Amino acid sequence: MHDPGNNFDINLEEISKIEGAASLDIKVRNNKIEDLRFSISEWKRFYTQAIKNKPAVAIPQLVARICGTCSNAHLLTSIEAVEKAFNIIPSEQTMILKKLLYYGLIIRDHALHLYVFSLPDLFNKNSILDFDENNKQEHELLDDTFTVKEVGNQLSIIVGGRSVHAPYPTVGGFTKLPRVEELKNLKLKLLSIRPKIEKLIELFANTPNELKLKSHLSFVALSSKDFSFLEGKIKTCDLDDSGTTVSCQEIEENQLGHYLDKVVIPYSQARGFKFNGNLMMVGALPRINISKDNLNTKTKETVERYLKLFPSNNLFHNNLAQAIEILHAIDASVEIIDSLQSIIPEALPKIIPCQATGVGVIEAPRGTLYYKLEINSDGTIKQGDIIVPTGQNQIVMEEAIHQLVEKLLLVQTPKEKIIDEVENLIRAFDPCMSCAAHFLKVKWH
Amino acid sequence: MNNKIRVGWFTFTCSEDSTIIFTELLNKHYQEWFEKIEFVHARFLRKDTTSEIEPLDVAFVEGAISSESQETKLKKIREKAKTLVAIGSCAVNGSPSNQRNFFNQENFQGIKPILDKFKYKDKVLKVSDVVKVDESVPGCPMNEQIFLTLINKFLS
Repeated sequence: MHDPGNNFDINLEEISKIEGAASLDIKVRNNKIEDLRFSISEWKRFYTQAIKNKPAVAIPQLVARICGTCSNAHLLTSIEAVEKAFNIIPSEQTMILKKLLYYGLIIRDHALHLYVFSLPDLFNKNSILDFDENNKQEHELLDDTFTVKEVGNQLSIIVGGRSVHAPYPTVGGFTKLPRVEELKNLKLKLLSIRPKIEKLIELFANTPNELKLKSHLSFVALSSKDFSFLEGKIKTCDLDDSGTTVSCQEIEENQLGHYLDKVVIPYSQARGFKFNGNLMMVGALPRINISKDNLNTKTKETVERYLKLFPSNNLFHNNLAQAIEILHAIDASVEIIDSLQSIIPEALPKIIPCQATGVGVIEAPRGTLYYKLEINSDGTIKQGDIIVPTGQNQIVMEEAIHQLVEKLLLVQTPKEKIIDEVENLIRAFDPCMSCAAHFLKVKWH
Repeated sequence: MNNKIRVGWFTFTCSEDSTIIFTELLNKHYQEWFEKIEFVHARFLRKDTTSEIEPLDVAFVEGAISSESQETKLKKIREKAKTLVAIGSCAVNGSPSNQRNFFNQENFQGIKPILDKFKYKDKVLKVSDVVKVDESVPGCPMNEQIFLTLINKFLS
């Protein structure tokens, strides 16, 4: 039996049930943390270097390969950056289809995280594979897991051609359009998973896990009137170390890069970020904190009592916020599908290469995703900067782990329990290491 | 329990897109696969209870090889697996994770400090550069039909 008053080390080489590879090393001496390192151990693929000198219009399908699970977020953000650079304004129909494609991603991706990665933690199980088919609740949840994911998957396939690295979206529109009937047929399936998500929301709302950071923290998110994840302005809200909101501000999305301070983390394969010098967090929790009033009307009616929990600085509420976002994605999709009369063929715009810079920003499932592409006069990429959510969350994640372990050490928590609690916390952030390790250009001292 | 085929799913350098496709295939096949497959190693589904690679009937290997540590792990997987399947483009032919192999001098100089600091291999390798591959499922992400045909062969 380990005595937490003594010294011990925690070395987790590959944390399970997250997207990609991350490791954690904690050194405890005399019941105090002597060293704590949360690092992204994914091996790099150097995408921002690889896109140099390639045609800008060809970049979206390449950078989609940065990440498997949020590939369509990279696809749409890079398309937006190229469109902004070349002054291309997508049609209303294209924006509607992009939103549907994206809601499919939100349903599928959040469901993967909440059901497959995080749910076993709530039931003290290693894996969803260990759920008992003979237990009514566990059996139902297992069924819900794959039913919900499939509906999100189908929505993305119908609109984008595939839920991973969708082939149809391109600069200026879609190369192939969905048929209205296919979307109308999916509506019933979308409605059928609604009660399952209400159940999921209740589960995550009633979990006892809580960690409120005792630090000044900036929540950052792109905010639009229809909570579409794709448009709007960057909004930030700062909380002081007691969790009280002290200030909020709004900035244009093409200015975001000026506010993000790169921080080199010597032991990590990815760079971290601060927002104007403050600890920052992006993702579902900041989005709901900042824009809960913009959720779909039907969603707001259904989850009224849970929305009262927000704004929240309990980091575990990121799970609850994701579950609410699934419901919003369902309701917003149904609303769009109901209003669709026809989908008409539209010619893709003629692209005239020119020297330009374009910024694309969208809310990826895990938070704000930023692309800045500088383009040469021949239409090739001069250079690009890609800032992903997990990079922006890396520093606050490490700080949160630190504060959680300190809290647990105060009450003599055994080492194994500390490991479990820390893993739960990391999963609550829903980090994506594939994204984080796409590339960094750092001068190592 | 003993009749289940023992499977490992391993990920090296890639976007994990084929892992995601696999989780989407589970939507329609999870009942059959959970009944017939023991997921001995699958980081996206469960936490390993040991740091050693266990004996496997089939090892699915996704991603390219960027470092000595990855190469060592892949060789251990090969030793323990009766059948090894390369999954997705990065494992099968190295691309696009091996794009740095083709960088010009200027681009290469930009990444060299990182390659040195974290001890990357000089070149990114496809799986068959390191070990014998029994079956391949190409595609970026992997081709679903080829994968389904293959897994049905294993399950039968």
